[in-house]
Formats: sequence, structure tokens, C-alpha cells
Amino acid sequence: MTTAQTATATSKNPDALATARLPSERPRYSDSTLTPPVDVVEDDGGITLYADLPGVPRDKLTLNVESDTLTIEGESALPVPDGLQSSHTEVGLARFRRLFTLSKELDTEQVSAEFSQGVLRLHVPKAQHAQPRRIDVKVG
Amino acid sequence: MYRSLFPRDVFAELDRLQREMQQAFDLSPTIRGFGRNGFPALNVGTTPTAIEVYAFAPGVDPAKIEVQLDRGLLTIAGERKSPLPEAEGGSRSTVHINERFEGSFRRVLTLPEDADPDAVEARYRDGVLQISIQRRAASQPRRIAVQ
Repeated sequence: MTTAQTATATSKNPDALATARLPSERPRYSDSTLTPPVDVVEDDGGITLYADLPGVPRDKLTLNVESDTLTIEGESALPVPDGLQSSHTEVGLARFRRLFTLSKELDTEQVSAEFSQGVLRLHVPKAQHAQPRRIDVKVG
Repeated sequence: MYRSLFPRDVFAELDRLQREMQQAFDLSPTIRGFGRNGFPALNVGTTPTAIEVYAFAPGVDPAKIEVQLDRGLLTIAGERKSPLPEAEGGSRSTVHINERFEGSFRRVLTLPEDADPDAVEARYRDGVLQISIQRRAASQPRRIAVQ
């Protein structure tokens, strides 16, 4: 939030002064996001995730892997004509965000992602040592 | 007899509260209803010259989306196939989360009286279908010159 926005909020609503003093409280509303629905499927090679992020252009999608946390963030950019008055809203926010914790056997260096028509497909392969191996039973 | 662990079922209460809130905000309930939480999710808005409908339908082949306008009823229909492997077939994969919509869909909404069925435009971009329906000139605000 910019300082200009805070200033107008304060002048309109005296109660806003109290919240303005607590910086940790402020981002609560500006940061509210939608949780995109996902499909997650695992096979021998790794984990594939599909996420619905309608309205998000490619350059507004952010994927981040930090230690074992995968963050998917997107901001939708719909073309809205001037003077549009909303009469029915089912998607009320323009930001998506979802976090996942990855497990140790996944190779976070090799994550690949495709994004088309609002659907993200993300593949995280399993580390070489974690791939299933057939163990020979020796008879002796 | 089953007795709830809680003296009142919190989740049922929350559900009831949510429904009441929605009804309170729904100022013009139509006879055909307007189901929420369907696929695709719809946002509707109006400008002085057009009605804009946004249908959030990611991952649908634009050629297979059917948009129809018949006597003031706008129908959006199509199908979205799941990328997940079939349960049978001996594939060695496990589905851990399955939240995304799959299958065929159809949503109908009632347009205002002044919608012009001859001036409709639909675009599909980034998984959002935007339908613009022009409003008839007669109902657009006009400035009346004083003679």
C-alpha cells in the first residue's frame, strides 16, 4: 500500500488511524488472494501439478521454490471497459496465491512449467536416488 | 441416536449464515436462479453501451465453447477434459489432489431486456471468455437538446 492511500483512508475514517499505526495489520486486505484449484498426480518420475489461473497473463505468473516451499502467485489482468458497473461477481479478487510444501525426494532444481490458456502445468521430478529401483534378490 | 459433539453444528450454522448473506445481497432474484460456485465462474457488469460477461473457463478449447443467445437467455456450454490419467488401465500413478472441474458444463443467464442479440462479440484469452453484448440504442442515455 502506498502512503497516499493510507492518507486518504485516515482522513475518511478516524478509526483507520489505529490500524495505520500497525504496519503488520495493514496488508491484510490488500493481500487477500484466491486459492486456485489444483490437481496433483504422482507417478514414478515425479509429481505433476495442474492449477487453474484464469485471466492471468504469462508475465504476471510467479513461481518460486525456496528450500522446500513452492509458491504459485498470479495476478489477473482482465480488459475492463471504462465505466463498468459490476452487477454479479463470483470472482471477486484479482490475485491468486497458493503454497505447497515439497518433500525431500523431489528435485527442486529440475522444476519445469508450462502455462497456457490460464492453466499451469508444473512438473517436479524425483531426485535420481529416490526413483524406484528394482532390487534383485540373490539366492545363495 | 447420534448427538453432535458441538451443542450446535458450527458448520451448518456457517453454511446457513452464508446462504442468508447471499440472499440478502441478491437484489433481483430471477426465476431461473443464478447458481453460484458453478463452472465456469461468471462475472457480469454493465456499461452504458454494453453488457460484459466474463466466464472464467481456463483450459477449454475455444473452438469447442458454445455461446448462444436465445430470447434474452445467454447460454455458455462446453467441455473440459481432465488431464489426469484414468483410474483403470494399470498406470502406476496416484492422484493426490483433484479439485479442478472436469466434464461438460452449461451455464445460463438472463440478460437485461435491452440486450441486442445481433451485436454480440466473444473473445477467449488467458482462460477467460469475455462476451460483450451491445445494448439497444433506445435504452442508452441521451442528452436531450432544449429548443
